[in-house]
Amino acid sequence: MITVTSSPHFHSGDSTQKIMFSVAAAMMPSCVFGICLFGFRAFLVLFASVASAVLTEYLLNRISKEKNTVWVGSAVVSGWLVGMFMAPSIAILIAVFASFLAIAVAKWTFGGLGANWANPAIVGRVFVFFSFTSAMSSFPMPSVLKAVAEVDAFSTPSPMSLVKTSLATGEFSGLSSLEILAAQKFPISPLALKLSQVTGFNPYNIDAFVGFMPGCIGEVSKFLIILGGLYLIFKKIITWHIPVSFLGSYAIFTWIFAGIPYGLGFFSGEVLPSILRGGLLLGAFFMATDYVTAPITENGKLIYGVGCGLITFLFRFFGSLPESTSVAILMMNIVTPTIDKFCKPRLFGTVRGKKK
Amino acid sequence: MPILSTFKKGGIHPRDMKSLSSGCKISVLPMPNELVIPMSMHLGAPASLLKNVGDRVFRGEKIGQASGFISADVHSPADGVITAVKKVVLANGVVCDAAVIQTDSEQSNPFSVLRDWNSMSKEQILSEIKDKGIVGTGGATFPANVKLSIPEGKNVDALIINGVECEPYITADHRIMIEKPSEVLEGIMICAKVTSPRQIIIGIEENKPDAAEIIEKKIAELNLHHIRVRLLKMKYPQGDEKQLVKAILDKEIPSGKLPLDVGAVVVNIGTAWSIFKAVAYGQPLIERVVTISGECIKNPCNVIAPMGTKVSDFIEYAGGFKEEPDKMIAGGPMMGFSFFNEETPITKGTNGLLFIKDKKNYEKTACLSCGKCVSACPIGLLPTKMFALITNGKYEEAMKLNLMDCKECGCCAFSCPAHLDLVQAFKTGKKLGRKK
Repeated sequence: MITVTSSPHFHSGDSTQKIMFSVAAAMMPSCVFGICLFGFRAFLVLFASVASAVLTEYLLNRISKEKNTVWVGSAVVSGWLVGMFMAPSIAILIAVFASFLAIAVAKWTFGGLGANWANPAIVGRVFVFFSFTSAMSSFPMPSVLKAVAEVDAFSTPSPMSLVKTSLATGEFSGLSSLEILAAQKFPISPLALKLSQVTGFNPYNIDAFVGFMPGCIGEVSKFLIILGGLYLIFKKIITWHIPVSFLGSYAIFTWIFAGIPYGLGFFSGEVLPSILRGGLLLGAFFMATDYVTAPITENGKLIYGVGCGLITFLFRFFGSLPESTSVAILMMNIVTPTIDKFCKPRLFGTVRGKKK
Repeated sequence: MPILSTFKKGGIHPRDMKSLSSGCKISVLPMPNELVIPMSMHLGAPASLLKNVGDRVFRGEKIGQASGFISADVHSPADGVITAVKKVVLANGVVCDAAVIQTDSEQSNPFSVLRDWNSMSKEQILSEIKDKGIVGTGGATFPANVKLSIPEGKNVDALIINGVECEPYITADHRIMIEKPSEVLEGIMICAKVTSPRQIIIGIEENKPDAAEIIEKKIAELNLHHIRVRLLKMKYPQGDEKQLVKAILDKEIPSGKLPLDVGAVVVNIGTAWSIFKAVAYGQPLIERVVTISGECIKNPCNVIAPMGTKVSDFIEYAGGFKEEPDKMIAGGPMMGFSFFNEETPITKGTNGLLFIKDKKNYEKTACLSCGKCVSACPIGLLPTKMFALITNGKYEEAMKLNLMDCKECGCCAFSCPAHLDLVQAFKTGKKLGRKK
């Protein structure tokens, strides 16, 4: 049968579904690593988060008698991100609740796919974080480190909060964060020790890069997260603008100011260890780049990224809670419509700033 | 290898699909028994029919009179008899009067005597181009005499010859460059005589190196060293005047202005060839090269066919369908018009007839604001915002976002992962917005 439609009659072959599943594929390696490191429990948390998100979306579609949008895959990605940002020891119900909030409150109430103003996964995460703060901020020591730990600890804070609490005691003034970790006898994996002798890199940085760290399931292996992010850029699903401006501005602010709380003065911040800690990389590549809640123009994305970097930095070094990246992204989500309003592309044949 | 230039902002890279027909020599379509000559084959006001039912007409005889400044004469492509005058629906949806011509079995050829155009004055050449009903054959069908009439006080910096042909599948201009290089070059010389440009540049995309080579060889042979060939990086929509002028001269034509406002005149390859035939042989624009292509047609080819030939004649000539097509398109797949009636006649702007399969296995989703349309738009518009406004009936607000600058090139809809009908919305929005 002959169909008649408006031009164009050609399409790139891209689809929302393909994008969603490519994002899922990019997150896979880091999750597999997390599961290997923390065991079956981690898988259970991830599975429960995804299942809860999908089920919530399905039921809401049924209740509101809308078209079933589960197949698009956006709920899978949101649920998955919620799970990645959970400690492996978290109560399953907390993960389920966070995913439910992500889909039902952050996405569906604002009109579903494409209409939410805040990243659903972050809303879910931030909500449960402030409700169950201690459960959300204590992490089991991976078995690799437990074997070499001098202090017997099943549940420890992440290196980042350990440094922060140590600083607060006032005993470690004048030491850098890596030196504080060493002073606190934070365990180092045998692999990192060996590699450190060969390459000269600090063993804590190597452990953080590889992923031998207490932390959230999907965020421990920075190497695999960077790999996934590069895959998304290579597949042209995200552009470089947000990750680069986010991480770049964060690195610059850190380098200039982050030495101050340690009593080291200006221009002495530790850039590399700081980037390799916490959820920064996961946020920069997978959360801040969310289409719906980020600006649409390239210039807008740069502003947004710098904003994310600045706020993350402020929370990390001057805030009191171990929660920075997601709150920073959430705050920039609020500003996105304003950024979009002012960052319009230049109309062909006009000079920027002048009326045509 | 020099660095090839292109326009910077936006643009897309669709599969070019040209290999289907790029190797096929231009063949001549046998004269069909019946031609349907629409009076609106060009941009602007339709021509008014000069003949009545029963009148005899001759090949090249004027049967439609241009009615207005932007309009063009229509000529009979064949000897024959007008058997009917009826309304036809063209592929682009225009409804207009058309003369149905029963063609004679014996056809004359009154256009075989070469004339010396060098002795003609500018005015004579322009009036010849006007009398022969020449319009741009690249698709926009803008009357050529209007384009080439340079107002007093304006200087032409560059005469740009458009050999880009950026629409996938279409190979008509490509074949003309390969097979008629000297006639094309002479057409260019005629245009140059009328416009007296400072420089003459032929822009060709890098996927047609053979055409560029042949043209360059001919330039050397004919000692026309002031004509330069510029290879351009492939990118759609480089064949658009605005993008081509940007790619070659690095100048931007402002919104609502013409190439002449930045000192450029852009003439398409097929048009240059038609101008040559009109001025040197006195042949009106009564035939053109059409690319017959697409996955569904048995023998893709390039044919020279009289205006008003019905699509069914082309299908028959190309050996029928391999498989049933989902879409018939007049023009390229990016900006061409899909139609359903095989009796639709071709017009002066029909550079291709495509018979393609349509992949329908994607469902539309909501807009994700991914911004792919924004980065694809060569004009710097916000397609997603305009789409949202138009679907909510806010046409005036969409116009404020420069909706009128949209040229419907389709880059946005091509890139949209949500498969939204962006171009359709913009076409509708422009119509309804203009009304208010």
